[in-house]
Amino acid sequence: MSEPPSKENPKELKNDDDRALIIINDLHKSYRKGTQKVTVLTGVNLSITRAQYVAFIGPSGSGKTTLLNLIAGIDRPDRGKLVVDGIDITRLDDSKLSRWRARHVGFIFQFYNLIPVLTAFENVELPLLLTPLSRKQRKKHVTAALKVTGILDRAFYYPSQLSGGQQQRVAIARAIVTDPTIIVADEPTGDLDKDSAVQILDLLHHLNRELGKTIIMVTHDPRAARKARKVYVLDKGILRDQYENDIIW
Amino acid sequence: MKIPYQYTVRNLWNRKLTTALTVSGMALVVFVFSAVLMLAYGLKKTLVNTGSPDNVLVLRRSSTSEVMSTIDRYQASVIATQPEIALDSDGLPLLAKELLVLITLNKRGTTKVANVTLRGVDDNSWELRPGVRLVVGRKFSKGANEIVVGKRIAERFEGCALGESIKFGKRRWLVVGIMDAGNTEFSSEVWGDVDQFMQAFRRPVYSGILFRLKKRSLFPGVKHRLENDPRLTVVAKTEIEYYKEQSELMERFIKILGMVLTSIFSLGAVIGAMITMYSNVANRIVEIGTLRALGFGRTSVLTAFLLEALLLGLAGGIIGLASSSFLQNITVSTTNWKSFSEVAFRFALTPRIALYAISFAAIMGIAGGALPSLRAARLSIVEALHTWE
Repeated sequence: MSEPPSKENPKELKNDDDRALIIINDLHKSYRKGTQKVTVLTGVNLSITRAQYVAFIGPSGSGKTTLLNLIAGIDRPDRGKLVVDGIDITRLDDSKLSRWRARHVGFIFQFYNLIPVLTAFENVELPLLLTPLSRKQRKKHVTAALKVTGILDRAFYYPSQLSGGQQQRVAIARAIVTDPTIIVADEPTGDLDKDSAVQILDLLHHLNRELGKTIIMVTHDPRAARKARKVYVLDKGILRDQYENDIIW
Repeated sequence: MKIPYQYTVRNLWNRKLTTALTVSGMALVVFVFSAVLMLAYGLKKTLVNTGSPDNVLVLRRSSTSEVMSTIDRYQASVIATQPEIALDSDGLPLLAKELLVLITLNKRGTTKVANVTLRGVDDNSWELRPGVRLVVGRKFSKGANEIVVGKRIAERFEGCALGESIKFGKRRWLVVGIMDAGNTEFSSEVWGDVDQFMQAFRRPVYSGILFRLKKRSLFPGVKHRLENDPRLTVVAKTEIEYYKEQSELMERFIKILGMVLTSIFSLGAVIGAMITMYSNVANRIVEIGTLRALGFGRTSVLTAFLLEALLLGLAGGIIGLASSSFLQNITVSTTNWKSFSEVAFRFALTPRIALYAISFAAIMGIAGGALPSLRAARLSIVEALHTWE
């Protein structure tokens, strides 16, 4: 691992370089809980390069999921700038942001979030319905995504007929089927047994290494964090630390 | 791009019991709704079909029905001289002077009585109403105490079957024939010789004069002349117009009563649909959040849930309408409030009623689904996904 930067002055963390795919400047976020205002993120600055594999780690309540939600465009910051591939997504209105997510973000959730009444094939096809692709083209893309994630033989199974690991593979196929700019994964192994978790992490690793996908992951799992190239440590809404894993790529 | 329809259909199918209960509620309301319309239309159809467009009925001015009308013999002879009246094969005016009297008869198998219309007719009456057919027996003989009864009267009243007899006007009258006038009020009448009826009831006046026009276009002219003739105190109407007026009051009453009932029921059904849809939204909050995160807009979510509610309504509509269509096999009777006589009729389903019923069901579905669908569309993605920290 590389030398971690100063923990006393986290705001001095420097952006990677000019090749940054995601640039976050002075990001603040708080929620209202009853009459109280709860600050979740305070002045976060960071940048993520293309084809990077990043993990956000930290204790519960540290703000890592909120940061992921902001990057994925499903939540809005109170203040700050968030540029993804040259677009400041904080300036997009609701419908533009929806379109932006459909085009640029692939989601992997802890509990897979598959639609129970749709088959694996139909679940993976969902994001493609928001593209101008024809039915035939969609079928080709879905088949390719299911093949990459090794679940093509279960294409016409419903989620309830699949194991947790298989469901997560379908969810990953859904996340990559549109060839998004970034893939965000919130605790992707959080609901899986050890063997399935290892397989899913290997799959994410493969997507990043072989297919050049940019992956941003939130995890509590040290094994998952070790798979990432770069790890950001959050605590009480502040980016406390960052380091790179010594991984033989 | 819309959320695929399979999502909506399979969600309804997956929650079979809830869906079935909600659809049943809606079906019941649509059943009542279409039954009321079918009842009102059946009555109207029966009464309106009773009239012929070429026939003109002349009544005493201010009379709202034949029962209230009186036309003396002098006025009847003046009316008979109008040049617009068609002629029969013997070159005589195709005109019938008729008497209408109400009597009460016992209903078969009960102790209840009901008003029945007696129509004293003359030879031309049969020709003026070609829809009236003798199905059994023969026509009554002039000057005899004989009657021909409508099919529905023969079926429903004591002493009215062929060969039986009934007593009225201090005489006993033999049923010599049964007539069928299809779905018209004549099927609920008793016909006999007008002169015999006038004597029996000691009535020196007719109730109305019915005649056929040479041409329909001559009606305004003859109407104007009759109504402005100083010797006459009459009003002339086409037979169709007369029977339409007869049906209006009852039709309006049935519709108003039915609509009040339907409104109350439909409120219940809408609330039922609303509860179902709110529960559907609550059970699928994470799904909604996921769909929104994937890039489906608020409008897509709103549309998907509204479609679900619409399908609930349409399913209820189709089942309710299909059930009510069986009512067409039922004949019901009521008292015509204008003539005070018994009128039997059938529920009648028309494409228009079917369209109204299905539209009503669709509106109920949408009304029940509107608020829950809006809630689904307005959900914050982060809250829906339960992923805040």
